[in-house]
Amino acid sequence: MTVRNTLRDHGQRYRPRMACLKKAEKVLLEMQDPKSGVKSQPQRLVITTIPHAIIGEDIVAWLADRFQVDAREARSLGSMLVSLGYIYPLQDHKRLVLRPDASLYRFQTPYFWPAQQWPVEDTDYAIYLAKRNIRKKGILEMHEQEQYNRLHKWMNHKWDFIVMQAKEQYRAAKERKKPDRVVFDCQERAYWVVHRPPPGTVSAMDYGLDRRVDPNADEAKTPDYYERMMIFTQQSIMRPRVKSSVSIGALVKYCATYKSHDPFLSKCLPSNPWLTDDVTYWTLNMPNVETPTKMRVERWTFSFGELLLDPRGRDDFKRFLKKEFSGENLAFWEGCEDLKWGTAATMREKAEQIYKTFLARGAPRWINIDGKTMEITVSSLKHPHRYVLDAAQTHIYMLMKKDSYGRYMKSQVFKDTLKKALVPEEHKFTDAQLEQNANAPVDITQLCRFTTPMPHLAVYSGLADSPSTNASSSLSILAHPPACPSPISVALDSTSAFERRAETGEADRDGEVRTPAEGNACKSKMALFLRRLLRRGCGPSAVFASLSPKCNSAAGAGGRIQPISPDPSSQAPPRRVGNFFQIKVDIPPECRIYPIESEDEEDENRAALGAKEIICPWESLTSQNGTG
Amino acid sequence: MCDQTFVAATFGPCESCDKASPLMNIYIKTEAINYCSFCVEKMACQGLQAGESLASLKRESESLKKKLDEERNKLNDVELNKVAEKVEVLSALAIKTRRVLKGHNNKVLNMDWCKDKRRMVSSSQEHGVSLPCTWVMACAYAPSGCAVACGGLDNRCSVFPLSMDPNENLAAKRKAVAMHTNYVSGCTFTNSDMQLLTSSGDGTCALWDVESGQLLQSFHGHTADVLSLDLAPSETGNTFVSGGCDKKANVWDMRSGQNIQSFESHQSDINCVKYYPSGDAFASASDDGTCRFYDLRADREVAVYEKDSVIFGASSVDFSLSGRLLFAGYNDYTINVWDVLKGSRVAALFGHENRISRVRVSPDGTALCSASWDNTLRVWA
Repeated sequence: MTVRNTLRDHGQRYRPRMACLKKAEKVLLEMQDPKSGVKSQPQRLVITTIPHAIIGEDIVAWLADRFQVDAREARSLGSMLVSLGYIYPLQDHKRLVLRPDASLYRFQTPYFWPAQQWPVEDTDYAIYLAKRNIRKKGILEMHEQEQYNRLHKWMNHKWDFIVMQAKEQYRAAKERKKPDRVVFDCQERAYWVVHRPPPGTVSAMDYGLDRRVDPNADEAKTPDYYERMMIFTQQSIMRPRVKSSVSIGALVKYCATYKSHDPFLSKCLPSNPWLTDDVTYWTLNMPNVETPTKMRVERWTFSFGELLLDPRGRDDFKRFLKKEFSGENLAFWEGCEDLKWGTAATMREKAEQIYKTFLARGAPRWINIDGKTMEITVSSLKHPHRYVLDAAQTHIYMLMKKDSYGRYMKSQVFKDTLKKALVPEEHKFTDAQLEQNANAPVDITQLCRFTTPMPHLAVYSGLADSPSTNASSSLSILAHPPACPSPISVALDSTSAFERRAETGEADRDGEVRTPAEGNACKSKMALFLRRLLRRGCGPSAVFASLSPKCNSAAGAGGRIQPISPDPSSQAPPRRVGNFFQIKVDIPPECRIYPIESEDEEDENRAALGAKEIICPWESLTSQNGTG
Repeated sequence: MCDQTFVAATFGPCESCDKASPLMNIYIKTEAINYCSFCVEKMACQGLQAGESLASLKRESESLKKKLDEERNKLNDVELNKVAEKVEVLSALAIKTRRVLKGHNNKVLNMDWCKDKRRMVSSSQEHGVSLPCTWVMACAYAPSGCAVACGGLDNRCSVFPLSMDPNENLAAKRKAVAMHTNYVSGCTFTNSDMQLLTSSGDGTCALWDVESGQLLQSFHGHTADVLSLDLAPSETGNTFVSGGCDKKANVWDMRSGQNIQSFESHQSDINCVKYYPSGDAFASASDDGTCRFYDLRADREVAVYEKDSVIFGASSVDFSLSGRLLFAGYNDYTINVWDVLKGSRVAALFGHENRISRVRVSPDGTALCSASWDNTLRVWA
């Protein structure tokens, strides 16, 4: 029982349903059946004879037989019944567990069964404690004494009533026959052990938090409620459905397809790290490992979604698309994901940028979608919201799924990857080796993109960069106002810091201005989880203004996303990224905003020439800066 | 990718008030119309019309529900356990406790795995340094691994950036994102760190922009506390499922805020909902001691996982990687492992000494973690 703190009212009122109580009662009735229930007999305890006592072993055996379960489970179920107070122990009455030996138990009288409807009253508890105190002073336990004192304080106003009741009950009890009285005392004592457990014990009556809405009440329904239900039900009726055989068949097929990949059902190669304490499995399956395992590559063949979900797979797919010069589809799709899941502040700009890059007539990376979708998209862009590009995105996704994906599976890129894929040998550790593995120190600071979060919010740049980038970045973006200048006003041929650097920095073959200290490790961190590497064009939007004022370019200077291609010769000449997504003019040079992998020569030239600015059709409407 | 995700949110002039806004497609006596959400509300709130009474409305509503059941049954040509007869039986599982994580001084209420497959965040009842309330019921790891979100009785869900620096005062960096009018029961990040989806005791779910704290979308439809939610795993999925004290499990479209599907077959509060790995089905755990499996495309419940020896409520469920196994944690301190397809129990895991509050399979499926009110977490494999 808690004294309700009215100051901090969390709006909770009602006890949750304890549906188990009704079921437990049914079981109890069965157990008490004279013919088929648990055998009971009178037992001698100290000087008195307790009628209808049952033995722990018998309870376990009966439960195991009734429910056809093994002894352990029967014991567990029995313990729960004891802890709920349906059965109480005669010896060691404070520990409410079922001992599968010759310990004695009794069924609790239904009068004392736990009730769902109301909590057990403090008043009754006070009367009980007072009664015991009257009977014999000093009999109360320490915790009971404390409770008694507390209740005395809080119920002082009705203490006379309580004492009077206690005396009355004590007197009535004396008039009973001794055996009855002993039995009743046992029962009552057991009841209070359940409902006012000694501190430090586990109580089955502890249900956690109350609910806001009374689950046991029938709410009064209003006409509105029925109207809404009917509208909703009507809609549900008209909803298209699939035949059960088809959909269930798909579920079964999914299980079968993934069975060999499920560590609970098939062996993990080389071994499950949790079983052998050897982390080779995780090392081999890092998000951006150079050579994936065969199992991993196999998963890419299961569905297009699996391929995209795996950063290594997506990367491989990108490589393939680059060869086919059709990378814009994937780039568009990723841009749309970024828009959908990104921060609200930059949403409008992102939508406009995507339009200008992919959808507008004469756009540098124009994607081919059908006229109807284009029409819907362009008209919706007048009122941009984060799902404005949904139709186009879905179309492109299906296009990739039906066309590019199939060709990728047959391509040389995929075949090469598959050929190189690893099949690790299964570990066969001896017991001694397992012992050794278990005792080896675990490095919790190991380098992985998830374990090197920036101290000041790379969170919100979505990129976990190495601390070194922090140090090396020379520009620190202080808390700028979040509003970005309208992207429309930024002409494509404006010279950005990036471009200036790119022009001068010919030394960097791949256009990367800063070489991260950890070389490959950093490359592997340039995870191709692109939807998570939400690049915010404006540094400040990625930073909490409320957090560190020294929001350094950690947020913006993520380092570019580059495909995992170790071969420098396949790298394109310096990329003119700034042209496409330049939102702020003074973005630090290290910042790359969108991944552009499949550069066409055309793109390069166009950028170099400073292609003419693309005007969005709604430009006249949205002339002010938007923040989402 | 499920066909159902093609429902594009339409935007245009409302057929009733002519204002341009996101539209809901509803049906009035089988005729499809597009109203904006305000007009739909107006339609619902007209009160009793002439010739109607509460009882007549109730009758009408019931008959519509019957009709829905009939529609659902029309396409019910086979049961799951029938199809599953052809599937081979699972061999005995040897799942044991591999780690016991101690460190909390009080009941562990929730936990979530990090995507790096080895780290996890857990929340408990104790006095958190950073949160002013004692019960932290919701916690989630951000996809990037750089932040955690947690909330509970303070009616808020806050996001904390993580740091390797032990001296860092994380409490100061806390950003309160979600604000409900009652306790926050569950939270999850969407596909990025920038959006947070929360469920609350006030009966609503909400989508928030983390950075600005702005409410992006709210989801109304439950008539009692919402206890749990789960995001659809599909790449192109824009839906999530929520379960509440009104015994209903609702599937929502995140874009429009609309309730797409609703399932009411449990007999008690739904404590937890979780999608099947393919995104075409989900499972729910309830206080009535059963777990149920719902097929979204067939639009009906296809399996019930119950046993007469299991009388205590299930508090949490999760699927193994292939979806063949369903791990369910119960209030009788045990975890039962069910064969999803055949409907039988394949294992029972003992070890905890108090209620299981949460079970979660690691992102790569190698282990199961259970959080319990006995102040510990256990990792099983």
